[in-house]
Amino acid sequence: MGKRTIVPFGPQHPALPEPIHLDLELEDEKVVRAIPSIGYVHRGLEKLAETRDYEQMTYVMERVCGICSFGHSYGYTGAVEGLMDIEIPDRAKYLRVIFHELSRVHSHLLWLGLLADAMGFDSLFMHCWRIREKVLDVFEEITGARVIMSFCKVGGVRKDVTPEMLNKVAGVCNEIEEEVRKTGMVFMKDTSVKNRLVGKGVLSKQEIIDLSAVGPVARGSGFDNDVRTTEPTYKALGFEPILRDEGDCYARCMVRVDEIIQSMNLIRTAIKDIPTGDFCVPVKGPVPVGDFAYRVEQPRGEGFYYVQGNGTKNLSRARVRTPTNINIPALVKTLQGCDLQDVTMLVLTIDPCISCTER
Amino acid sequence: MAYTTKSPWILHYDASSCNGCDIEVLACLTPLYDVERFGIINTGDPKQADILLITGAVNDQNKNVVKQLYEQMPDPKVVVAVGICACSGGVFRDCYNILGGVDTVIPVDVYVPGCAARPESIIDGVVKGLAVLEEKTNKMKEAKR
Ligand code: SF4
Repeated sequence: MGKRTIVPFGPQHPALPEPIHLDLELEDEKVVRAIPSIGYVHRGLEKLAETRDYEQMTYVMERVCGICSFGHSYGYTGAVEGLMDIEIPDRAKYLRVIFHELSRVHSHLLWLGLLADAMGFDSLFMHCWRIREKVLDVFEEITGARVIMSFCKVGGVRKDVTPEMLNKVAGVCNEIEEEVRKTGMVFMKDTSVKNRLVGKGVLSKQEIIDLSAVGPVARGSGFDNDVRTTEPTYKALGFEPILRDEGDCYARCMVRVDEIIQSMNLIRTAIKDIPTGDFCVPVKGPVPVGDFAYRVEQPRGEGFYYVQGNGTKNLSRARVRTPTNINIPALVKTLQGCDLQDVTMLVLTIDPCISCTER
Repeated sequence: MAYTTKSPWILHYDASSCNGCDIEVLACLTPLYDVERFGIINTGDPKQADILLITGAVNDQNKNVVKQLYEQMPDPKVVVAVGICACSGGVFRDCYNILGGVDTVIPVDVYVPGCAARPESIIDGVVKGLAVLEEKTNKMKEAKR
């Protein structure tokens, strides 16, 4: 038995775009234990709910995370609408789905790029990000911003999207799908990629349930907890979750590649079926006393939003439980017994979003 | 020392940003904006970096990390605060865990506003930073004489 050494990993680390700190306890090159410590990105924005009214809070919530920012505003407004008993128009629901799926595509492409980068596969990284820019162009054309869009608001969405623009979005979807099919093949077939991913960080279905992991991590191990299966709008679009059962890094990667293609199909169906009518309803007055919880399937897994009203314009509590937060136990589990060189891969395959985790 | 301003190396640190600015910084490196054509390279090593790009505001946990990174960088060095969070705290300025903009712990040379800061403005900020870098280099040369 070798001597035990502790190697600090992070908070500033070339392989990590975000600051998380791990203490890796090593025996020779094997990780015996990993102790995460967080708090580098903690801002405490949930508490702002007490000083910002519920509409302003939408824009604060959006900044929980810049990658899944639309998802956060979606979840938060969903919760507030539930609390205030507002039924939003169908067109708004469809527009939200379209934007949510576009965000998922850009988030997954971003992640695929980061994964390639961590492997040292630079050209693949560049290709993923090049494809991703197409989504951002669509965002920019519709909302005027690239990442933080402020598109969602309590009662619907901020503006309508013209039919011509929607057609254009459908066209972009076709382009992206074609490109992703090509680039996805690299992740699927390339030996050097597979060497890094196949059989690494295996989580069984039972472990997923025990550690209550969510999102592509859970689905990569064959456990379906996709919130979208319960959402009426998604049901109407014929949504079926994507599952794989290998449970390793490769499976998690493939789930995400397949989800990109699936999201493209969802968007195209949504654009075809989108009802006409209003895109938002007027919302007035204070929030009633009471509370409400709402769930949204973020690109990284289930996001849980809880709001509590106290009869004024401010909420007394706004709470987010984000997917990365729940996936950290699963990450720590996979790190036990892995090689030091695989740590970055394993950390990346849960698609960590630290600013979500810490808010 | 012309090579530093011809090919500046950048160290990016995410203080407490929401990622919005981070991904825009990364977007600068990728094909659409591709700052590598100007010789700008993103490095993970503070000892090799000329320009420190910081996104997000500072809090109690990370203020020492920010300070350390800054101190580890060799002179001359330039700090660019990217995004309104890094400039002043932005939307989070009233949060209990936010101390304020990056300039509360280290000197900042260039402020890039925006939420999220657009890649164009980030590049512009870096270019402005280069001018500052050159100035600092000259000053160092003078002092040596
Ligand atoms: S300036 Fe805006 S986009 Fe940038 S880190 Fe701050 S909140 Fe996020």
